[in-house]
Amino acid sequence: MKEPVLVLGATSAIARSTARAFAEKGYSLYLAGRDNEELERLASDFRLRYQIEVVCGVFDAEDYESHARFVEQVRSEAGGLKGVLLAFGYLGERKLAESDAKERVAVLARNLIGAVSLLEPLAACLEQQRSGFVIGISSVAGDRGRQSNYIYGAAKGGFTIYLQGLRGRLFHAGVRVVTIKAGFVDTAMTYGMPGLFLVASPEYVGKRIVQALERGSDVAYIPWFWRYIMLVLKLVPESLFKRLKL
Amino acid sequence: MEISGWGRYPRGCSRVVRPERMKEAVPPLEGQMIARGQGRSYGNAAMSADGSVMLTERLNRFLDFDAQSGVLRAEAGSTIAEILEAFVPRGWFPSVTPGTKFVSLGGCLAADVHGKNHHRVGTFGNHVTEIELVLADGQRKRCAPEKDGQLFWATVGGMGLTGIITEVSLRLIPIETAGVVGQHHPARNLEESLELLEEREFDDEYTVAWLDCLARGESFGRSILMRGHHAKVSDLPSGRKNPLALETPPSRNIPVDFPSWLLKPWSVSLFNRFFYFAQRKKREPFVTSSEKFFYPLDRLGNWNRMYGRRGFVQYQCVMPSGQARPGLRLLLEELARSGRASFLTVLKRFGAEGRGLLSFPTEGYTLTLDLPVTDPGLFPFLDRLDEIVLDHGGRIYLAKDTRVKAATFRAMYPRFAEWQGIKAAIDRSNCFSSDLARLLAIGVPA
Repeated sequence: MKEPVLVLGATSAIARSTARAFAEKGYSLYLAGRDNEELERLASDFRLRYQIEVVCGVFDAEDYESHARFVEQVRSEAGGLKGVLLAFGYLGERKLAESDAKERVAVLARNLIGAVSLLEPLAACLEQQRSGFVIGISSVAGDRGRQSNYIYGAAKGGFTIYLQGLRGRLFHAGVRVVTIKAGFVDTAMTYGMPGLFLVASPEYVGKRIVQALERGSDVAYIPWFWRYIMLVLKLVPESLFKRLKL
Repeated sequence: MEISGWGRYPRGCSRVVRPERMKEAVPPLEGQMIARGQGRSYGNAAMSADGSVMLTERLNRFLDFDAQSGVLRAEAGSTIAEILEAFVPRGWFPSVTPGTKFVSLGGCLAADVHGKNHHRVGTFGNHVTEIELVLADGQRKRCAPEKDGQLFWATVGGMGLTGIITEVSLRLIPIETAGVVGQHHPARNLEESLELLEEREFDDEYTVAWLDCLARGESFGRSILMRGHHAKVSDLPSGRKNPLALETPPSRNIPVDFPSWLLKPWSVSLFNRFFYFAQRKKREPFVTSSEKFFYPLDRLGNWNRMYGRRGFVQYQCVMPSGQARPGLRLLLEELARSGRASFLTVLKRFGAEGRGLLSFPTEGYTLTLDLPVTDPGLFPFLDRLDEIVLDHGGRIYLAKDTRVKAATFRAMYPRFAEWQGIKAAIDRSNCFSSDLARLLAIGVPA
């Protein structure tokens, strides 16, 4: 097949809309996720709508042992890779995470450890082929720790820093790394949550992500205004910030 | 969350869920549920004050297409617009399409919608080869006209009350071009309007008449018959590069609610007069885009806001041919007497009744009125229309209703008893229910 874009966490709404934006441009896709039945549904959809090649593969972000093997499988099935979009993540329930060890570990495991564990062997592939890109979907929550979701924020903040370093490493191999800092997006993760504002549609976010790649951005806030919201938040001195119920 | 139908009347709060994975499309553990596609039914068919509402909009994947038979299998949240976008450039068109493309396949099946070609090919359900339905006990059941046909025909037109429709296999028809050859014929009065719709000479794949409900005297019931068929390559002006290119005309949104004084009889009358004389001139065949021919209102996003903040009701009825003449006359006279104006009035001839037990279309003439909700007098007025319709052996369309009386509904739909038997057998606890179902006293032991 033509070198595909590997989508990790392909069943999420942001992944689906970003994959769609890639498909519209004629890229082929390698959809990876946990739920094979859903992956197959998405694959048929992309094949029928955009008449592109699509293959599916199953992986588990928390099964670190399997990651190298999974990457090997992708490599042998796809040949080379056009690039990688890492879109899986887990918000978790804050209240539950405070009391339940499993929940808080899962938030760290999926957003940070699993992401790093998968991207390292993939980065080696791209470095070797000396082309391609990595798009990592991080979050504005990683820009500053807030009492309302600091475990998720810590995981995403860690992921942001990881991508930052990876960017420097892969730069020399001609591989691009794009950090997406997403604001609130209308997905299953946030659906029905109280207190959301400025919620973006996944379609908008997907288009912007591909646009950020094409424009050569290193870090993209999506929607754009989050850059300024977070700038203001980051400027608040810690002595004051800790008193805010954010 | 506050939701309403497309008529924006009535509104109500419902608990809303929106699955993104197919295995999440399951009946609720307790309480009642109704599935909702694009929310384009006019009334309260996809609302539920006492239960939850499941949005199917993200379960919209295309699953399979057979280029031999033209059958597309897709998840029920997919829309006609999505089908057009993907398949018109490849030379396929939905066998039946309603007047808006922003409808889900599940919704089309549940309301068993019709198009301008009903007189030739029947309803939407007629072209569906298979569906998947999630029943109250969680079972996923595939049914087809000839396999579990009872359940299939109870679901076609069943307003979502037999289960969650999760997949629809729809037959598409081959087209040579994305264009339509249209032609208009003026009819000077009601009598002539009905005649034109019946005469072979004026028949076509698609026919519908726009009616001026405010014309009086000799012009009472005058209309413009609009007919058309899919254009062949030879119909197009030569030199057109890609005959199947889907031409989507620019669309605009109505950003605010129009003030309610805007659509008054005098303004509608002015518009109608203008429209009648303008359209009358297009007697020669002309080539237009399928988008303009089938979906003129889709170019005005949120056109429902024209009717003001209080919303509007659409009233659609059908009366059998034999009784339609006196029936329609009485109905339009009642409308005139009430001093109300219907901004858009549409007349169409239906073909034979289909097999859907609660399907609306039946042989005869169907009339559609758009009426803004202005005063409480509207509802007794609509009850009077119901009486006229019932007296003439007709029925009204559930997808557009919010207020019909349960007894009237039962008298209009003689196959309801059979339907209710099937419903009782598969949904004993009445798990699938909506505000409309409660209005019609469906699921309540007789």
